[in-house]
Amino acid sequence: MTDLLTIGNTQLHNRLLTGTGKFYNHKLMKETLTQSGSQVVTVALRRVDLTATGEENILEDIPKDMILLPNTSGARTADEAVRIARLARAAGMGNWIKIEVISDQKYLLPDNYETAKATDILANEGFVVLPYMSPDLMAAKAMQNAGAAAIMPLGSPIGSNRGIRTKELIQILIEEMELPIIVDAGIGKPSEAAEAMEMGAAAVLVNTAIATAKDPVEMAIAFDLAVKAGRKAYLSGIGPTTTTAQASSPLTGFLG
Amino acid sequence: MSFYEEYIQIKNYPFDHFFSTITIQDVKQVIQKERLHTEDFLILLSPAAENCLEEMAQIANNRTVQHFGRTIQLYAPLYLTDYCVNKCTYCSFSIDNDFPRRKLTLAEIEEESKALVKMGLRHIILLTGESRLHSSVDYLCETIDVMKKYFSSLSIEIQPLDTEEYRTLVARGIDGLTVYQEVYNEEIYKQHHLKGPKRNYRYRLEAPERGAKAGMRSVNIGALLGMDDWRKEVFFTGLHAHYLQKNYLETDIALSFPRIRPNLGGFQPKVNVSDKNLVQAMLASRLFLPRAGMTLSTRESAELRRHLLPLGVTKMSAASSTVVGGYANKEHTHSQFEISDKRSVAEVKESLRELGYQPVVKDWEILTHSS
Repeated sequence: MTDLLTIGNTQLHNRLLTGTGKFYNHKLMKETLTQSGSQVVTVALRRVDLTATGEENILEDIPKDMILLPNTSGARTADEAVRIARLARAAGMGNWIKIEVISDQKYLLPDNYETAKATDILANEGFVVLPYMSPDLMAAKAMQNAGAAAIMPLGSPIGSNRGIRTKELIQILIEEMELPIIVDAGIGKPSEAAEAMEMGAAAVLVNTAIATAKDPVEMAIAFDLAVKAGRKAYLSGIGPTTTTAQASSPLTGFLG
Repeated sequence: MSFYEEYIQIKNYPFDHFFSTITIQDVKQVIQKERLHTEDFLILLSPAAENCLEEMAQIANNRTVQHFGRTIQLYAPLYLTDYCVNKCTYCSFSIDNDFPRRKLTLAEIEEESKALVKMGLRHIILLTGESRLHSSVDYLCETIDVMKKYFSSLSIEIQPLDTEEYRTLVARGIDGLTVYQEVYNEEIYKQHHLKGPKRNYRYRLEAPERGAKAGMRSVNIGALLGMDDWRKEVFFTGLHAHYLQKNYLETDIALSFPRIRPNLGGFQPKVNVSDKNLVQAMLASRLFLPRAGMTLSTRESAELRRHLLPLGVTKMSAASSTVVGGYANKEHTHSQFEISDKRSVAEVKESLRELGYQPVVKDWEILTHSS
């Protein structure tokens, strides 16, 4: 049985999404992306210099078979996100867009209200929109109604490597939403990526934990394996867990 | 409450007495904390903390890599004019320094822009002296119109303006504001800023806040180290950054630690700030403000910059000229201060790569309404 993830009209067999930030050089980034097995990679439009060549142009070092997911990093309002998305499309980066609207530079928490507004505008313009958001069911529904192709809730603040601190809220999204839920931000270790997948997340996006590892290539491979393991476990139907031991002397055994 | 009011409340705190009570044990306890309070920051600036710099450096490095990655943003200053109406004891542009002043024409700005693009730079900070006549908002707007064709980010380091004036510049394409308070100690500030609008301490102190209100994406502050006790000056700078972060969540706040350099007036710093002191200032600030940007200027030597890089730095200038019109034509020689790192952009990039950092020349896209 093939287990495919559908985003917009595209079917993906790999459920690890990767990023391009924080690597210390592009060569290492390219090698890491290639080895990760990932099919989708996010890149900040703000970092893309189309006039540059070689090492200076990040796009040249992204494996050609990967789907580009430009992001609107740096946008503080829906309006800025929309303008960045249009620039990305005009620059030939495809029509997928990850909306990041962050108006708080200290914790880098997304602004769900502005994100929903940008989702509406961009989905109407034909973009495949993946909004990055704080896990909130009503906001996720608003984004779904606005035409989002997937929902990307944060596990914990960007770059924090703190794991899935918003677990209960993400679980609610997984249960209630029809769109794929892609856990983005905060995943620091492969075990946490597996945890997200075991919960039923459709995919995870990991950047900092890979890019800032001592050996990013090996870490990317570790994440790929963890995502596959977590997904397999989820599909296999994880048995119920209990915090108490099974009583060996039943209290109602006398009822026969 | 404005930051001036916060400053007034704390300026007479018995810093020296506090520092004398701090032990290495106190410092070690603070280093273990994930979130630092104001008093913790002061503990890290104490003489006792000089014994813990290596431990502080390891944490500072980890936090910086975690938040910013192994990347360093490169930018260059462009001096538009050196006309200045202020009389300041330490600055070459001071009104009573007699030298032929210059102001770039729009054609010259275009020429400088082309030279900077050729050097491989995309983020530029525009500098002027303080003169409402020679560096008017109108002149700056015309400058921006010429330059935004060439660059991805334009910032200003000019005389303090009103909120509305900042708003005008933001709408035109400026995204960053740098204003150094020079010295936070108000009494000493008055001793160095003898004449001109810069004498107004409070108007300058509140400029970063006005810029943030006007929609600047990033605001960079700093004190000129050497004007007073650096421990207190760095403390006030950190408090100021903390105040701005708290009140203007949407603005990126960054810090600089410029040390006084020799200049035309032959000014001697009051306090000698050693390399070790500079390192402590940077580390304490990084631990107190893990998300703040940190800018390293060409005032420091190439050799020292290599060592300072992993301690929390996120941005640095490359191949800087502090001369008006210094990129396209190199014959003009009157600089604001002397730079120590004279390497080319290519050399700076290569050295960053050798140190395991990715030089980032583009990290924004100017979004004015025409885009």
